[in-house]
Amino acid sequence: MSFDLPHEARKTAGTEIEPGRAYGFFTDTSVCIGCKACEVACKEWNQLPAEEDGLSGLSYDNTVDLSATTWRHVAFIEQMDHRPDGETPEFQSRWLMSSDVCKHCDPAPCLEACPTGAIFRTEFDTVVVQQDICNGCGYCVPACPFGVVDLDDVDGKAHKCTMCYDRLKGGMAPACSKVCPTDSIQFGPLDELIPRAEDRVAELHERGTTDAYLYGAPGHPGATGGIEKLNAFFLLLDRPEVYNFPAAPTRPANRIAPALGTGLAAFAGLALVAATLLGPRR
Amino acid sequence: MTAGRTRGRARHFLRNWSLPKQMRGADHRTDAARSDVSDRLRPRLDQADDVGVSVCPYCAVGCSTLMYAKEGRLIHVEGNPESPINEGTLCPKGATLFSLHASPTRLTKVKYRAPYSTQWQEVPLDWAMERIAQRVKQTRDETFVEALPDGTKVNHTLGIASLGGATLDNEENYLIKKVLGAGLGMVFIENQARVCHSNSVPGLGASFGRGAATMAQWDLANSDCVLIMGSNMAEAHPIAFRFVMQAKERGAKVIHVDPRFTRTSALADIHASIRTGTDIAFLGGVIRHLLENDLWWRDWALPYTNLATIIDERFQSPSEREDGRFSGWNDKKNAFDYDSWQYEGMVVPSALSEHYLNTAESFSEMTTRLTDAPPKQDPTLQHPMCVYQILRRHYAPYTPEMVEEVTGCPKDLFLKIADTIADASGPERTGAIAYAVGWNHHTVGVQMIRSAGLVQSLLGNVGRPGAGIIALRGHCSIQGSTDIPTLYNMLPSYLPQPNAFKPQARHYDQFLDDETMPTGWWNNFPKYMTSLLRAYYGDAVGPHNEWGYQWLPKIVGDHSQLALTLAMNDGVVKGLFLMGQNVVMGGSNSQMIQRGLAKLDWLVVRDTDMVEAANFWEKGHPVRNGEIRPEEIGTEVFLMPAELAGEKGGTFTNTHRLVQWHDKVVDGPGDSRSELWFTYHLARRMKALYEGSDRERDRPIQALTLDYDVVNARGDIDGEDVLKEISGYTWPEKRQLGGFKELKDDGSTACGSWLYSGCYPGFNKTRERKADGPDGPGSHLGWAFAWPDNRRNLYNRASADPEGRPWSERKRLVWWDEAKGEWQGTDAIDFEPEKRPDYRPNWEEGATGMDAISGAEPFIMMPDGRAAIYSPSGLKDGPLPTHYEPVESPGRNPLYAQRQSPVAKMFARDDNPLHDSPDPRFPHVLTTYRLTEHHCGGTPTRGVPHTAELQPEGFAELPPELAAELGVETLDWIVISTARGAIETRAMVTERLRPLRFDGRWIYQVGMPWHFGWEGEATGDIANVLTAAVGDPNTSMHENKSLTCAVRAGRLHRRIAAE
Repeated sequence: MSFDLPHEARKTAGTEIEPGRAYGFFTDTSVCIGCKACEVACKEWNQLPAEEDGLSGLSYDNTVDLSATTWRHVAFIEQMDHRPDGETPEFQSRWLMSSDVCKHCDPAPCLEACPTGAIFRTEFDTVVVQQDICNGCGYCVPACPFGVVDLDDVDGKAHKCTMCYDRLKGGMAPACSKVCPTDSIQFGPLDELIPRAEDRVAELHERGTTDAYLYGAPGHPGATGGIEKLNAFFLLLDRPEVYNFPAAPTRPANRIAPALGTGLAAFAGLALVAATLLGPRR
Repeated sequence: MTAGRTRGRARHFLRNWSLPKQMRGADHRTDAARSDVSDRLRPRLDQADDVGVSVCPYCAVGCSTLMYAKEGRLIHVEGNPESPINEGTLCPKGATLFSLHASPTRLTKVKYRAPYSTQWQEVPLDWAMERIAQRVKQTRDETFVEALPDGTKVNHTLGIASLGGATLDNEENYLIKKVLGAGLGMVFIENQARVCHSNSVPGLGASFGRGAATMAQWDLANSDCVLIMGSNMAEAHPIAFRFVMQAKERGAKVIHVDPRFTRTSALADIHASIRTGTDIAFLGGVIRHLLENDLWWRDWALPYTNLATIIDERFQSPSEREDGRFSGWNDKKNAFDYDSWQYEGMVVPSALSEHYLNTAESFSEMTTRLTDAPPKQDPTLQHPMCVYQILRRHYAPYTPEMVEEVTGCPKDLFLKIADTIADASGPERTGAIAYAVGWNHHTVGVQMIRSAGLVQSLLGNVGRPGAGIIALRGHCSIQGSTDIPTLYNMLPSYLPQPNAFKPQARHYDQFLDDETMPTGWWNNFPKYMTSLLRAYYGDAVGPHNEWGYQWLPKIVGDHSQLALTLAMNDGVVKGLFLMGQNVVMGGSNSQMIQRGLAKLDWLVVRDTDMVEAANFWEKGHPVRNGEIRPEEIGTEVFLMPAELAGEKGGTFTNTHRLVQWHDKVVDGPGDSRSELWFTYHLARRMKALYEGSDRERDRPIQALTLDYDVVNARGDIDGEDVLKEISGYTWPEKRQLGGFKELKDDGSTACGSWLYSGCYPGFNKTRERKADGPDGPGSHLGWAFAWPDNRRNLYNRASADPEGRPWSERKRLVWWDEAKGEWQGTDAIDFEPEKRPDYRPNWEEGATGMDAISGAEPFIMMPDGRAAIYSPSGLKDGPLPTHYEPVESPGRNPLYAQRQSPVAKMFARDDNPLHDSPDPRFPHVLTTYRLTEHHCGGTPTRGVPHTAELQPEGFAELPPELAAELGVETLDWIVISTARGAIETRAMVTERLRPLRFDGRWIYQVGMPWHFGWEGEATGDIANVLTAAVGDPNTSMHENKSLTCAVRAGRLHRRIAAE
């Protein structure tokens, strides 16, 4: 073997991969060229089938969404600077491109919702669905605030990005980040990625790109509603909604205690009413 | 069950039941939930028992890949992290290399379609080979011409043609040209390079001496400004674009000038939309801006270019003449006489492969004067006929206002770009220009590329770190198939194919005399030519028989792809090989091509999948339009399964001349074979068929050397054996040579391609994979081989000042070391290593060859050692780039009375009608282009589901204003038509295309990808049905980036039956 696989990530991501450390993706959309190599590399590595949805008409986006068989998805947002006077503008506008992926939330609502233990948090702090345990109940699907988890039409089970769990175990960076031509997708330990991302925002601000901000890093938009951080976080150049991200995602579990309390109270109340109305007449 | 265990289970259940988990608010690691599968998980690469180092077979960036195999089957393909080009990354096409190789739709058997048959049948490989050999012999014997009626020897056949080579290995191209050309006498040998980047050869060659990218792709990261024009780099060459992004991160400005706002524009600092085909007007404006505001770099340009050279006083530029043409127009010839374009007092040969000029009867005699004295110069630049003053007069009309009028780019935006370009010049700063087919697919494409040469020459941006012109080529070895050409007019390494109509080409000594430049490196011509003939014909040739020169087929005109299309239709060409070139997709006027294919006697298609060029008789436009029925088509078709990069060993030459070996990792499926196999075994069979012949015309195939050993049961020969011949060895000992400096003109050396000499100096240098580390110099001299002589940045002598000192520490590359008495640097020096900077030719004794080039003249391939801002010879359309409108233009030429190039090749005839300019029937501008997700004719990417799903159907982009006029929305059907044909496709309405003001009206530009055809999973109609056969006068390159069309809402009446 001519290449030293266990340490490949050292060359491709500048990092060693060690169990017990938290890893993630920093997707810097300011350098994404929309080539979709991430989508393809993901499908090739994970042996996912192509979808046959045809031409979408949505700019150059024909995969349209993340799904059980599409774990990286590049969004294309064409923006035009319309002048108020109705003159044909000199074209200097934006075409935003951004590669979406499972956020590997911390804590992860899908994992919390999973009744079988099929979804678990790995030794790399990533969130993985184990299809050999999953029974296809689908609780995780509505639990995900980002619409990532999906049940597959063929096996009926939940599927999503694993952050290439098998590759990580072999010391290799995930397929999507390795393949990315412009390093828009960066893989690494979160304690290195987060400061790197914050530096990047500062640098862009210095250069005049003042609309750049982080989404999903601790203390930033996206890390809200009981979600402390997204292990796959983003640098965005416009509002989250523009990229089809929720402005303030929340963790459904936040609502469990109040909902359970309310439910129990309602149950008690109903029981009381029932007892009152239907109880044996004296 | 014990109570304890029950309690334990209950506790486990409670802990892992989702409700309490969510109540607890913790998703902590739940080891119990980790399944056996998860525990055992490993990357499947662990199972590989073989790893090959390969090269991506898509574009010419040359990404290195690792191909993992297990038990003889591919299991996965990854980007090679060691590569200085892709560093482990890949584009979406490269990322599907596993699926491409392992595709279930690949051909595994030869498919045969008998004449007039309506179906395919599978035939044995051996039967097909024998049948093909018989057909070749029959057609050759019927069509071979030994001499023209006037007795001029031609020794050729026009009856058989071959197309394709840019996707093949250098070894394959070498053998194809050797066997089909030098062996069988075919002259119609062409490949994709003709219709892809042929303009680059004269465009760059006439300017700097070599028709190739001057810099390495990775060197773009060192640029302070990158102008991308005529290229959609982020989409078509994403991995090369990573270096542009690296430059941008270091503070470089990135400019994109393009009719469309693309993914490249989205990442650029500045984008300017221009009307297609107006690039020369734009760059002419930049040149004027540099000159009039004194923004050019005098210290560099004065000594290193011909800016001070004095031109013949009869010369006049179109800007000085009412007719808008250069001086020398000859109405009778419909071409220029070149006398008035020359340097004062001397005729200058061109660095291009056809070194001769057709003005001089005895060209070599006239040019001996170059050896007596250097060209006359006026370093004060005051002489009215010095190039500088001519340049000022020529570009005087190219004002910012005129740029706006011609191109549609607002004046202020133009000036901002011009200033940004000018800013990346001088000792401390450099700028680079990247272009692709956007400057090739025009009738003025050579001159567009020349314009970039002028800009870079004025700014001192050649031969320096982060400086230069990078030609972004589209096929994995399209540079290689140009260097070791399957092209009609060239022999390997830019030696000219002899032309029957040149009196000097009748005999070998005259030919040598005529083609050998008196001064500069090309003075070595006889060594290269004789070594080639020795490699071709071995011991059968020598001084007694002119080294076999008479056996080489002579060309008698234009045998390029466009001419070939006409020749098929006219019944001249009767048999055709398509070696991985899907000509129905990529050729202009696709319907004319399909009709031509239908007139052939026989057609051999070698490809990996079913392609449009193979089943045109069943599904083609003429068939579906009811013009002809399959039962009426007599073409005998052989569709042969071909092998991909991972299935054969050989070299690709990437876009910056890097020759990289790719390993054979697995066998191709079934009867798939390489072109090396095919050509070798065809040659073997042809030799057997001609064995007993005593006809002189059959001597070449009998004499042709074919000393390659079959190395396995499949009958493969070893590509390394062919590479050794390409690199060169002594004769007859076959001791490998270290480089072209060891070549001789006495027959004691054999060399298949002198520029590649040294790629196999006893070991396979092209397989070397030692990149510089992060702290290394970054020229990566240990990574593969770059021609010539492993030099990475061409003309790098120019990175030092005339005295040999680096212009600055920041931009240091090579320098003269007085103590050592030789040039030193971080790159291999592109100069004579021991020539002192203060060396001057001794003109009194007469100076020839390299002795005539001073130590301060970096452009060694040029006869005067200088970059040609003004090109006196070699170009048929003029010494300076001049804006002419496309052949089909929406209006007049605002700059000149002459609307289109006066020498553009027009093949106007009934089956190739052209539009008027403007033409009320065809009011819109059409441009064709590529997408990231597909490759060229689309055969591989349309067939692989992972790329097909990304762009699953054909479409055309149009601006909302036009869509509103037509009443169409995105995804609605539209019909686009030209005089050549009509197609239907989906509308993609986008503001990324803007209307432009031109000639008093609004112009709409429509863009259409040309990838889609009727085969594969991603289908659509063929854009090239719309394009016309018109050509650049220098190269016969077609004009598919700029034509006119009509658009309407709706569909065509007829649809493909299969739908």
